[in-house]
Amino acid sequence: MTYDTQFTGQTFKSVGTRPLRPDGIDKVTGRARYGADYNLPGQLTGLILRSPHAHARIKKIDTRKAEKLKGVKAVITSTDLPDLTDGDSELFDILDNCMARKKVFYDGHAVAAVAAIDAKTARAALKLIKVDYQVLSHVTDVDEATKPKAPLLHRNCFTEGIEPKPAKASNIASRSEFGHGDVEVGFEQADVVVERNFKTEQTHQGYIEPHACVASFGPDGSAEMWVCTQGHFTFRQQCAALLGMPLSKLRVTSTEIGGGFGGKTHIWAEPVALALSRKANRPVKLVMSREEVFRASGPTSATSIDIKIGVKKDGTITAADAVLRYSNGPYPGVWAMLGAMTSFACYDLKNVRTVGLEVLVNRPKTTAYRAPSAPMAAFAVESMVDELADKIGMDPVAFRIKNAAKEGTKSSYGPVYGPIGIGPTLEAARKHPHMKAKLGKNQGRGMACGFWFNFGGQTCADLNIAVDGSVTLTVGTIDVGGARASLALVAAEELGIDYDDVKAVVGDTASLGHNDMTDGSRGTFSSSMAAIMAARNAIEELKNRAAKMWEIPVKNVIWEDGHAKAKGRGKKYAKLAPLSLADIAAETPNTGGPIAGYSELVADGAGVSFATHICDVEVDPETGRTQVVRYTVIQDAGKAVHPTYVEGQYQGGAAQGIGWALNEEYIYGADGRLQNPGFLDYRIPVCSDLPMIDTQILEIPNPNHPYGVRGVGETSIVPPLAAIANAVSDAVDVRMTHVPMSAPRILKALKTEH
Amino acid sequence: MVEVKLWGALHPATGGVSTIEIEATTIRELLRKLQEQYPDTAPFVKNGIAVSIDGVLYRDSWEKKLPPSAEIYLLPRIVGG
Repeated sequence: MTYDTQFTGQTFKSVGTRPLRPDGIDKVTGRARYGADYNLPGQLTGLILRSPHAHARIKKIDTRKAEKLKGVKAVITSTDLPDLTDGDSELFDILDNCMARKKVFYDGHAVAAVAAIDAKTARAALKLIKVDYQVLSHVTDVDEATKPKAPLLHRNCFTEGIEPKPAKASNIASRSEFGHGDVEVGFEQADVVVERNFKTEQTHQGYIEPHACVASFGPDGSAEMWVCTQGHFTFRQQCAALLGMPLSKLRVTSTEIGGGFGGKTHIWAEPVALALSRKANRPVKLVMSREEVFRASGPTSATSIDIKIGVKKDGTITAADAVLRYSNGPYPGVWAMLGAMTSFACYDLKNVRTVGLEVLVNRPKTTAYRAPSAPMAAFAVESMVDELADKIGMDPVAFRIKNAAKEGTKSSYGPVYGPIGIGPTLEAARKHPHMKAKLGKNQGRGMACGFWFNFGGQTCADLNIAVDGSVTLTVGTIDVGGARASLALVAAEELGIDYDDVKAVVGDTASLGHNDMTDGSRGTFSSSMAAIMAARNAIEELKNRAAKMWEIPVKNVIWEDGHAKAKGRGKKYAKLAPLSLADIAAETPNTGGPIAGYSELVADGAGVSFATHICDVEVDPETGRTQVVRYTVIQDAGKAVHPTYVEGQYQGGAAQGIGWALNEEYIYGADGRLQNPGFLDYRIPVCSDLPMIDTQILEIPNPNHPYGVRGVGETSIVPPLAAIANAVSDAVDVRMTHVPMSAPRILKALKTEH
Repeated sequence: MVEVKLWGALHPATGGVSTIEIEATTIRELLRKLQEQYPDTAPFVKNGIAVSIDGVLYRDSWEKKLPPSAEIYLLPRIVGG
């Protein structure tokens, strides 16, 4: 179907209001059903046996005793998930991560699984599985892994992106480079050049709901699965490929989701649950424990980033250079590449170069975490931008405004920018009262900018009008942050009806065509576009029906303010009062049956996104403990469909960034085992750690969306590490270069520098 | 004829050049002819390429028109969280 996605500048009645979300009451009263809340008759409990070693060869797995235990219905290893990937290395890595084959690559790597009548029996069965390992030397540190004598994860890993191809294998899976100009010339033009190494530790997305699913394989070879996921269509695609089944035979229903932030865009236990169910011929529920979530599901990269920036005394940046080493876990990804693309994207630079190195280490597979890879790069760059502003005696906001990218700037990752929002966010920061507020004793202020790409993708929506005039909007993107409310607002706006007359639901994989995941800040951007087009499609049919009711040609019917109106000359037309959607719906049994609108589209043109954050902290010089005392987020939303949930996204990103900046880190022992796989020792922020996070929504319409909407979900996590680091550095007068800035790390920095 | 700029990883696949010219009016035509003229680019196209048109990224829209005066930039496909 054809559609026009251009922004028209219309005024809104529903969009921009703040009604209650439809899932709110269920969530606060416990009625909402998450992954672990689904149950089926005859259901078994699935559990996974995980490697205690960081790196080992699997010599033999003996499952015989476990299989004989009373109550055990299935035991599987990699032989029950054979390699059907047909040379697709990316898919093979997913398979190998879900169930190890020849080697285990990290503490927590799955090696076998059982399905039993209850959890106690399943746990007893796991203990009866004997795995004979040949333990290998390991490496968990990103810098250590790049050294020539580091233990090799894969003997066939020859760095891609280097010409000629290296003759020696290494743990650097690939090298990517971006930039333009000549950085050496640029550094020669500079009055001040600063060069530093910055480090960030590995963090987990920290979603409160662990991975959970129920899989039910039928004897006819078809299956159903209920799962907490950010993308049930993609989960279906990957699980079906790994299990060798047609897509149409696997029906996946997404449950409510207790946080994802990128971590639920990857499959972990789902193929295992399906394989267990297939073997046992019974439904299998598999819920990961918190320890398993930490040890075996996707953290973000640990990084080591070298930055060099040159600047003239007048504040002009003459050159910027970065080498970014990102840990990938055992399988190659694109994490350093994304860091390299985003690092200097906020600035207008004549000479810039970024090099990304994907480093393989004996840690869990790295996965996406909200604007993946951008926060670490921004931490390094924005810390140094602050330091340079200080060295030349320039206000940090003015320094950034002077060098900020604008329309026509050649971005550091390549293309020339169209209209962009970095300038307005900086101007808003400059004028914000927060920048002028007085600081107390031991307090410091920092600010930082952030960039993220945003994208759209494949999207469908169905819109059904019931005979009473109420509307059900079915979408295929998971609601991670209030999208159902936003999408109902959009449908109400387009149809000209009340928000309360629209119910938005997330359909399963059998009820809609393929939808890409809710990632890349695309959920509301893409599905609102689909909802608008589905509503416009339905309006065409509503006009047809009105024409039938009036017995006039459809060309004489227009749709305006939620009503069909007859446009024509003569007495007949003058008597025809407008028909509401409900009037037309009531007559549908006699005018042609039900009315539905639909749309299938690729929502592209999401547009890049920028944010500026301001942060005040107070550091206790005796203990090194840091408290964030004030925090402000300024970001462009295009058009805020439901401003409360836009603010929620801004606040959520900042809150996660505060945890990442101050406390959160994976700690590995010398044995390569994770030392803190739980929320007691891996400390995410709680309410008492956070101030009220103030937000300022800028609305600069996206020209490629009918309502001007942009994605807002990810950019808000990009600036916090740097904003907080700049604030802490201001408070203690020591440049902080290692995240998290935990109390011991701050005390050490104070002792070393003062 | 549109001028197409390439991100660094594609340069070896196009004989070391960073900019090429291709007779194409849509993204589909661009990607097809890119692989015809430079077969070593095929694995990159298979893994996913994003096309930036005047600074706006397009990942999937084959039918998207390429204005003759627009800046066309090929980039790796982005993933999100």
